[in-house]
Amino acid sequence: MPDQNPEQIERAVREVLGSLSGDLTTTEISLLGELEALGREVARAKSEIAALRVDDINDRHIPTATDELDAVVEHTATATNEILDVCEGLEKLQTKLPAEHADALGVAVTRIYEACSFQDITGQRITKVVSALKVIEQRVSDVTRRFGTTTENAPAPEPEVAITPETEGRALANGPQLPTAASSQADIDRLLASFD
Amino acid sequence: MAIDKNMNVLIVDDYKTMLRIIRNLLKQLEFDNVEEATDGAEALAKLRAGNFGLVISDWNMEPMTGLDLLKEVRADSRLKSLPFIMITAESKTENVVAAKQAGVSNYIVKPFNAETLKEKIEKVLVHA
Repeated sequence: MPDQNPEQIERAVREVLGSLSGDLTTTEISLLGELEALGREVARAKSEIAALRVDDINDRHIPTATDELDAVVEHTATATNEILDVCEGLEKLQTKLPAEHADALGVAVTRIYEACSFQDITGQRITKVVSALKVIEQRVSDVTRRFGTTTENAPAPEPEVAITPETEGRALANGPQLPTAASSQADIDRLLASFD
Repeated sequence: MAIDKNMNVLIVDDYKTMLRIIRNLLKQLEFDNVEEATDGAEALAKLRAGNFGLVISDWNMEPMTGLDLLKEVRADSRLKSLPFIMITAESKTENVVAAKQAGVSNYIVKPFNAETLKEKIEKVLVHA
Protein backbone atom coordinates (compact mmCIF):
# COMPACT_ATOMS: atom_id res chain seq x y z
CA MET A 1 0.00 0.00 0.00
CA PRO A 2 2.50 2.63 -1.22
CA ASP A 3 0.09 5.59 -0.98
CA GLN A 4 -1.22 4.78 2.49
CA ASN A 5 -0.87 7.71 4.87
CA PRO A 6 1.17 6.69 7.99
CA GLU A 7 -1.33 8.58 10.16
CA GLN A 8 -4.08 6.31 8.83
CA ILE A 9 -2.01 3.20 9.56
CA GLU A 10 -1.38 4.36 13.12
CA ARG A 11 -5.07 5.14 13.63
CA ALA A 12 -6.10 1.76 12.22
CA VAL A 13 -3.69 -0.02 14.56
CA ARG A 14 -5.10 1.84 17.59
CA GLU A 15 -8.67 1.07 16.56
CA VAL A 16 -7.95 -2.64 16.11
CA LEU A 17 -6.20 -2.74 19.49
CA GLY A 18 -9.12 -0.92 21.14
CA SER A 19 -11.65 -3.33 19.67
CA LEU A 20 -9.98 -6.40 21.16
CA SER A 21 -11.56 -7.47 24.46
CA GLY A 22 -12.15 -10.55 26.55
CA ASP A 23 -10.17 -13.75 26.14
CA LEU A 24 -7.81 -13.66 23.17
CA THR A 25 -7.00 -16.62 20.98
CA THR A 26 -3.40 -17.48 20.07
CA THR A 27 -3.95 -16.02 16.61
CA GLU A 28 -5.34 -12.79 18.07
CA ILE A 29 -2.39 -12.50 20.46
CA SER A 30 -0.02 -13.01 17.55
CA LEU A 31 -1.92 -10.40 15.50
CA LEU A 32 -1.83 -8.03 18.48
CA GLY A 33 1.96 -8.40 18.67
CA GLU A 34 2.31 -7.74 14.96
CA LEU A 35 0.12 -4.64 15.17
CA GLU A 36 2.04 -3.26 18.14
CA ALA A 37 5.28 -3.79 16.26
CA LEU A 38 3.82 -2.06 13.20
CA GLY A 39 2.71 0.89 15.35
CA ARG A 40 6.18 1.20 16.87
CA GLU A 41 7.76 1.01 13.40
CA VAL A 42 5.56 3.84 12.10
CA ALA A 43 6.35 6.00 15.14
CA ARG A 44 10.09 5.31 14.79
CA ALA A 45 10.03 6.16 11.06
CA LYS A 46 8.25 9.45 11.81
CA SER A 47 10.74 10.48 14.47
CA GLU A 48 13.71 9.49 12.30
CA ILE A 49 12.41 11.51 9.36
CA ALA A 50 11.74 14.47 11.64
CA ALA A 51 15.29 14.18 13.03
CA LEU A 52 16.69 14.31 9.51
CA ARG A 53 15.23 17.84 9.14
CA VAL A 54 14.26 17.02 5.57
CA ASP A 55 12.53 20.39 5.26
CA ASP A 56 16.02 21.89 5.21
CA ILE A 57 16.76 19.98 2.02
CA ASN A 58 13.96 21.71 0.13
CA ASP A 59 14.13 25.05 1.93
CA ARG A 60 17.86 25.56 1.87
CA HIS A 61 20.13 22.91 0.36
CA ILE A 62 18.47 22.36 -3.04
CA PRO A 63 17.87 26.07 -3.78
CA THR A 64 21.48 26.79 -2.79
CA ALA A 65 22.76 23.99 -5.01
CA THR A 66 20.74 25.16 -8.03
CA ASP A 67 21.84 28.79 -7.46
CA GLU A 68 25.47 27.69 -7.29
CA LEU A 69 25.10 25.68 -10.49
CA ASP A 70 23.47 28.64 -12.25
CA ALA A 71 26.42 30.76 -11.14
CA VAL A 72 28.85 28.18 -12.56
CA VAL A 73 27.11 28.40 -15.95
CA GLU A 74 27.11 32.21 -15.84
CA HIS A 75 30.77 32.49 -14.85
CA THR A 76 31.99 29.96 -17.39
CA ALA A 77 30.01 31.79 -20.09
CA THR A 78 31.60 35.09 -19.06
CA ALA A 79 35.08 33.56 -19.03
CA THR A 80 34.54 31.85 -22.38
CA ASN A 81 33.39 35.10 -23.96
CA GLU A 82 36.50 36.84 -22.61
CA ILE A 83 38.65 34.15 -24.21
CA LEU A 84 36.76 34.56 -27.50
CA ASP A 85 37.25 38.34 -27.35
CA VAL A 86 41.01 37.82 -27.06
CA CYS A 87 41.02 35.25 -29.88
CA GLU A 88 39.18 37.60 -32.19
CA GLY A 89 41.76 40.27 -31.33
CA LEU A 90 44.57 37.84 -32.17
CA GLU A 91 42.95 37.00 -35.51
CA LYS A 92 43.01 40.70 -36.41
CA LEU A 93 46.75 40.73 -35.72
CA GLN A 94 47.30 37.84 -38.12
CA THR A 95 47.36 40.10 -41.18
CA LYS A 96 50.25 42.08 -39.67
CA LEU A 97 52.44 39.03 -39.07
CA PRO A 98 54.78 37.17 -41.44
CA ALA A 99 52.96 34.30 -43.12
CA GLU A 100 54.69 31.60 -41.07
CA HIS A 101 53.77 33.20 -37.76
CA ALA A 102 50.30 34.12 -38.96
CA ASP A 103 49.61 30.49 -39.82
CA ALA A 104 50.85 29.27 -36.46
CA LEU A 105 48.68 31.84 -34.71
CA GLY A 106 45.69 30.79 -36.81
CA VAL A 107 46.13 27.14 -35.82
CA ALA A 108 46.42 28.08 -32.15
CA VAL A 109 43.31 30.27 -32.27
CA THR A 110 41.33 27.48 -33.94
CA ARG A 111 42.33 25.09 -31.16
CA ILE A 112 41.15 27.61 -28.58
CA TYR A 113 37.79 27.94 -30.38
CA GLU A 114 37.41 24.17 -30.37
CA ALA A 115 38.27 23.97 -26.67
CA CYS A 116 35.80 26.74 -25.80
CA SER A 117 32.91 24.54 -26.85
CA PHE A 118 33.30 22.97 -23.38
CA GLN A 119 31.01 25.74 -22.13
CA ASP A 120 28.09 24.41 -24.14
CA ILE A 121 28.64 20.82 -22.98
CA THR A 122 29.09 21.76 -19.30
CA GLY A 123 26.02 23.98 -19.51
CA GLN A 124 23.93 21.08 -20.82
CA ARG A 125 25.32 18.73 -18.16
CA ILE A 126 24.50 21.21 -15.40
CA THR A 127 20.97 21.59 -16.77
CA LYS A 128 20.57 17.82 -16.41
CA VAL A 129 21.82 17.98 -12.80
CA VAL A 130 19.38 20.80 -11.97
CA SER A 131 16.53 18.70 -13.41
CA ALA A 132 17.61 15.77 -11.23
CA LEU A 133 17.68 18.04 -8.16
CA LYS A 134 14.14 19.18 -8.90
CA VAL A 135 12.98 15.56 -8.99
CA ILE A 136 14.70 14.92 -5.63
CA GLU A 137 13.03 18.05 -4.22
CA GLN A 138 9.63 16.74 -5.29
CA ARG A 139 10.26 13.29 -3.82
CA VAL A 140 11.42 14.77 -0.50
CA SER A 141 8.26 16.87 -0.40
CA ASP A 142 6.16 13.75 -0.94
CA VAL A 143 7.92 11.84 1.86
CA THR A 144 7.68 14.68 4.38
CA ARG A 145 4.00 15.20 3.56
CA ARG A 146 3.17 11.51 3.97
CA PHE A 147 4.95 11.22 7.30
CA GLY A 148 3.51 14.45 8.63
CA THR A 149 6.83 16.16 9.36
CA THR A 150 5.81 19.40 7.67
CA THR A 151 3.29 22.01 8.79
CA GLU A 152 0.07 20.29 9.84
CA ASN A 153 -2.21 22.46 7.73
CA ALA A 154 -0.02 22.59 4.69
CA PRO A 155 -2.04 22.22 1.49
CA ALA A 156 -1.78 18.94 -0.35
CA PRO A 157 0.74 19.15 -3.19
CA GLU A 158 -0.37 19.23 -6.78
CA PRO A 159 -0.66 15.75 -8.21
CA GLU A 160 2.34 14.76 -10.30
CA VAL A 161 1.61 15.21 -13.96
CA ALA A 162 3.46 12.98 -16.35
CA ILE A 163 5.09 15.22 -18.92
CA THR A 164 4.79 13.71 -22.36
CA PRO A 165 7.17 15.21 -24.89
CA GLU A 166 5.07 16.66 -27.66
CA THR A 167 7.54 15.99 -30.46
CA GLU A 168 10.06 13.33 -31.40
CA GLY A 169 12.79 15.95 -31.20
CA ARG A 170 11.85 16.75 -27.59
CA ALA A 171 11.48 13.06 -26.66
CA LEU A 172 14.99 12.30 -27.91
CA ALA A 173 16.61 15.40 -26.38
CA ASN A 174 18.65 13.93 -23.53
CA GLY A 175 21.73 16.13 -23.54
CA PRO A 176 25.32 14.95 -23.58
CA GLN A 177 26.20 11.35 -22.79
CA LEU A 178 28.92 10.53 -20.30
CA PRO A 179 32.24 10.12 -22.15
CA THR A 180 32.27 6.37 -21.51
CA ALA A 181 28.82 5.97 -23.10
CA ALA A 182 29.02 8.55 -25.89
CA SER A 183 29.42 7.66 -29.55
CA SER A 184 32.47 9.10 -31.28
CA GLN A 185 32.34 11.03 -34.56
CA ALA A 186 33.78 7.92 -36.23
CA ASP A 187 30.93 5.77 -34.79
CA ILE A 188 28.38 8.27 -36.11
CA ASP A 189 30.05 8.45 -39.53
CA ARG A 190 29.89 4.64 -39.77
CA LEU A 191 26.23 4.65 -38.76
CA LEU A 192 25.36 7.31 -41.34
CA ALA A 193 27.31 5.43 -44.02
CA SER A 194 25.25 2.31 -43.30
CA PHE A 195 22.20 4.14 -44.69
CA ASP A 196 23.87 4.70 -48.08
CA MET B 1 32.77 21.34 -57.90
CA ALA B 2 33.62 24.73 -56.37
CA ILE B 3 31.77 25.74 -53.24
CA ASP B 4 30.11 29.14 -53.24
CA LYS B 5 31.42 30.68 -50.05
CA ASN B 6 29.27 33.78 -50.53
CA MET B 7 26.15 31.79 -49.73
CA ASN B 8 24.11 32.66 -46.66
CA VAL B 9 24.60 30.21 -43.81
CA LEU B 10 22.17 29.97 -40.89
CA ILE B 11 23.58 28.71 -37.60
CA VAL B 12 21.12 27.71 -34.87
CA ASP B 13 22.01 27.16 -31.21
CA ASP B 14 20.55 28.28 -27.88
CA TYR B 15 24.05 28.89 -26.46
CA LYS B 16 25.28 32.29 -27.63
CA THR B 17 28.86 31.23 -27.00
CA MET B 18 28.45 28.25 -29.33
CA LEU B 19 27.00 30.50 -32.04
CA ARG B 20 30.05 32.73 -31.70
CA ILE B 21 32.46 29.78 -31.92
CA ILE B 22 30.77 28.33 -35.01
CA ARG B 23 30.60 31.77 -36.63
CA ASN B 24 34.35 32.27 -36.06
CA LEU B 25 35.18 28.82 -37.38
CA LEU B 26 33.04 29.50 -40.48
CA LYS B 27 34.86 32.79 -40.95
CA GLN B 28 38.17 30.90 -40.97
CA LEU B 29 36.64 28.74 -43.72
CA GLU B 30 35.80 31.99 -45.57
CA PHE B 31 32.05 31.83 -45.04
CA ASP B 32 31.33 35.45 -44.12
CA ASN B 33 27.56 35.63 -44.66
CA VAL B 34 26.40 34.00 -41.47
CA GLU B 35 23.11 34.60 -39.69
CA GLU B 36 22.10 33.27 -36.29
CA ALA B 37 18.97 31.92 -34.59
CA THR B 38 18.58 30.65 -31.04
CA ASP B 39 15.89 28.01 -31.60
CA GLY B 40 14.11 26.11 -34.34
CA ALA B 41 11.11 28.43 -34.57
CA GLU B 42 13.24 31.53 -35.08
CA ALA B 43 15.39 29.63 -37.58
CA LEU B 44 12.36 28.48 -39.57
CA ALA B 45 11.05 32.04 -39.82
CA LYS B 46 14.46 33.24 -41.07
CA LEU B 47 14.74 30.38 -43.56
CA ARG B 48 11.27 31.10 -44.98
CA ALA B 49 12.01 34.80 -45.26
CA GLY B 50 15.54 34.54 -46.64
CA ASN B 51 17.73 32.74 -49.11
CA PHE B 52 20.14 30.35 -47.42
CA GLY B 53 22.51 27.76 -48.83
CA LEU B 54 23.25 25.84 -45.62
CA VAL B 55 21.82 25.29 -42.13
CA ILE B 56 23.97 24.21 -39.18
CA SER B 57 21.76 23.45 -36.21
CA ASP B 58 21.94 22.23 -32.62
CA TRP B 59 19.35 19.65 -31.48
CA ASN B 60 18.38 20.51 -27.91
CA MET B 61 16.58 23.88 -27.98
CA GLU B 62 13.30 25.33 -26.72
CA PRO B 63 10.62 25.67 -27.94
CA MET B 64 11.47 23.99 -31.26
CA THR B 65 14.26 21.42 -31.38
CA GLY B 66 16.73 20.94 -34.21
CA LEU B 67 15.06 17.69 -35.25
CA ASP B 68 11.68 19.39 -35.45
CA LEU B 69 13.25 22.21 -37.45
CA LEU B 70 14.74 19.64 -39.83
CA LYS B 71 11.33 18.02 -40.33
CA GLU B 72 9.73 21.41 -41.05
CA VAL B 73 12.47 22.21 -43.55
CA ARG B 74 12.07 18.89 -45.35
CA ALA B 75 8.27 19.39 -45.46
CA ASP B 76 8.59 22.85 -47.03
CA SER B 77 8.50 22.73 -50.82
CA ARG B 78 10.99 25.61 -51.19
CA LEU B 79 13.41 24.47 -48.45
CA LYS B 80 13.24 20.69 -48.76
CA SER B 81 16.61 20.31 -50.54
CA LEU B 82 18.50 22.70 -48.28
CA PRO B 83 21.73 21.15 -46.90
CA PHE B 84 21.24 20.65 -43.16
CA ILE B 85 24.00 19.70 -40.74
CA MET B 86 23.17 18.79 -37.14
CA ILE B 87 25.83 19.71 -34.56
CA THR B 88 24.82 18.29 -31.20
CA ALA B 89 25.86 16.59 -27.98
CA GLU B 90 23.09 14.02 -28.62
CA SER B 91 25.21 11.06 -29.65
CA LYS B 92 22.90 8.10 -29.10
CA THR B 93 22.28 5.82 -32.04
CA GLU B 94 18.54 6.51 -31.85
CA ASN B 95 19.21 10.25 -32.29
CA VAL B 96 21.42 9.75 -35.33
CA VAL B 97 18.91 7.33 -36.85
CA ALA B 98 16.00 9.73 -36.23
CA ALA B 99 17.95 12.60 -37.81
CA LYS B 100 18.90 10.49 -40.82
CA GLN B 101 15.32 9.34 -41.30
CA ALA B 102 14.20 12.98 -41.12
CA GLY B 103 16.64 13.83 -43.90
CA VAL B 104 19.72 15.28 -42.21
CA SER B 105 22.62 15.90 -44.60
CA ASN B 106 25.31 15.19 -42.01
CA TYR B 107 25.72 14.88 -38.26
CA ILE B 108 28.51 16.24 -36.05
CA VAL B 109 28.82 15.32 -32.39
CA LYS B 110 29.95 17.91 -29.83
CA PRO B 111 32.64 18.60 -28.85
CA PHE B 112 33.86 18.78 -32.43
CA ASN B 113 36.96 20.12 -34.13
CA ALA B 114 37.34 22.59 -36.97
CA GLU B 115 38.59 19.91 -39.37
CA THR B 116 35.41 17.86 -38.87
CA LEU B 117 33.26 20.92 -39.50
CA LYS B 118 35.19 21.73 -42.68
CA GLU B 119 35.01 18.14 -43.93
CA LYS B 120 31.24 17.81 -43.35
CA ILE B 121 30.43 21.20 -44.90
CA GLU B 122 32.44 20.35 -48.00
CA LYS B 123 30.80 16.95 -48.23
CA VAL B 124 27.23 18.22 -48.05
CA LEU B 125 27.79 21.21 -50.32
CA VAL B 126 29.55 19.19 -53.00
CA HIS B 127 26.63 16.76 -53.03
CA ALA B 128 23.96 19.47 -52.81
